[in-house]
Amino acid sequence: MFNIIAAESEVNILRLPLDELIIGTLAFAIVFFALAKFAFPAISKTLEDRADAIEGGLARAENSQAEAAAMLEQYRAQLADARGEAATIRAEAQAEKAAMIESARGEAATAAASVTERAQAQIEAERSQAMASLRRDVSELALTLAGKVVGESLTDDARARASVDRFIADLEVEAAK
Amino acid sequence: MSVVKLSGDSSCPVTPHLNSGCGFPAPNAEIFFLEPYTTLNVFGMEFVIGKTSILAALVSLIVATFFLAAARPRKMVPGKLQSLGEQAYLFVRDQIAREVIGKDGDRFVPFLGSLFFFVWISNLMGVIPGAQFPIMSSLAFPVSLTLMVYATYMYIGMKHQGPIRFFTSAMFPPGVPKAMYVLLAPLELLQLVVTRPVTQAIRLFANMFAGHLLLTTFTLAAYYLLSPSIISGLGSVTSFGVTVVLTGFEMFIQGLQAFIFTLLTAVYIGGSLHAEH
Repeated sequence: MFNIIAAESEVNILRLPLDELIIGTLAFAIVFFALAKFAFPAISKTLEDRADAIEGGLARAENSQAEAAAMLEQYRAQLADARGEAATIRAEAQAEKAAMIESARGEAATAAASVTERAQAQIEAERSQAMASLRRDVSELALTLAGKVVGESLTDDARARASVDRFIADLEVEAAK
Repeated sequence: MSVVKLSGDSSCPVTPHLNSGCGFPAPNAEIFFLEPYTTLNVFGMEFVIGKTSILAALVSLIVATFFLAAARPRKMVPGKLQSLGEQAYLFVRDQIAREVIGKDGDRFVPFLGSLFFFVWISNLMGVIPGAQFPIMSSLAFPVSLTLMVYATYMYIGMKHQGPIRFFTSAMFPPGVPKAMYVLLAPLELLQLVVTRPVTQAIRLFANMFAGHLLLTTFTLAAYYLLSPSIISGLGSVTSFGVTVVLTGFEMFIQGLQAFIFTLLTAVYIGGSLHAEH
């Protein structure tokens, strides 16, 4: 085709055959078509997707970290609340217990007082009853004794003595009652 | 002692040996003109189907298939293939497009990436066993790529800066004494329109050409000198050692030249996008 420089030998290394120019252009065109149309856009897209995925992953990780931190804070607050509540409940229970003990003690004291009082009243009643009965018996005995002294002969010593003995015995029995 | 025949002698084989009595067949430009397998007639045009064109098609297929396969999984946690594809993409985007053009370089990543990997794998064919022919050592291939690069940055420059301002901003760089423009303006214009595309194509072509010539020379020498005699045996071993070292060096050059070609493209596109201030 072109013969730029005529070489001395029969071969010219600077010749440019048109068919080789066309073959070279076509061979390159095939490569360029495959790379520009299919391969490089796909590779470029894959690289972008990967960068996105990595960035997205980082963002997600950051998100969940923040979430975890928030949750921890929340748990801490809840724990503090629970502790406060427990303390309040404990204090209330303590107070209630103290009140219960106090009231039980008061009731017991009242009951004891009333039992003592009742016992005392009974003792008092029995004592006055005994006194009244003794007084009545003594007067009756006195009267009986006087009647016996007046009405019966004193000759019968033995009977008189027996009456007195009986009287005294009766007195003793009464006293012992 | 027999007379040493010249390597061009018709009785000598293509790759002669010391014992054949033929001279050392120092490789010349002819090794870049391989016998075509067949020709193909498409719309009245003859297409030579030889090693170069088949390798070019193969490279095209390898690069396209690799990136399509690597882009397919689209997993969040990439496998080996996907990871490799992503690293290749990121290399072009971060080390070339963004580094040279800037933030608006992203839309040129497919073009720059296609260039880099097409050129690199084409170059690599120079050392891959079985292929062993760098496609870019055939001038038409670097030229076809450079023409596309040239058209791209010319179009972008005229679109972004306006058809006239694109040329004037290149011809009259600021911060230069007015009188200097007499000298500078034509040079800058020549630089923009002719020097850039020519050097970009020639640089890649010449590097691959020279590398292949060098490798062929030492490979042939290693075979030519292979004999029980101490001196030529030592020469053979040395040549083989040099071939191994040069192959490693050549692989470095192949990657470097692909990188430079792509980097220059990015620089030119960047210059078209943003006028020099």
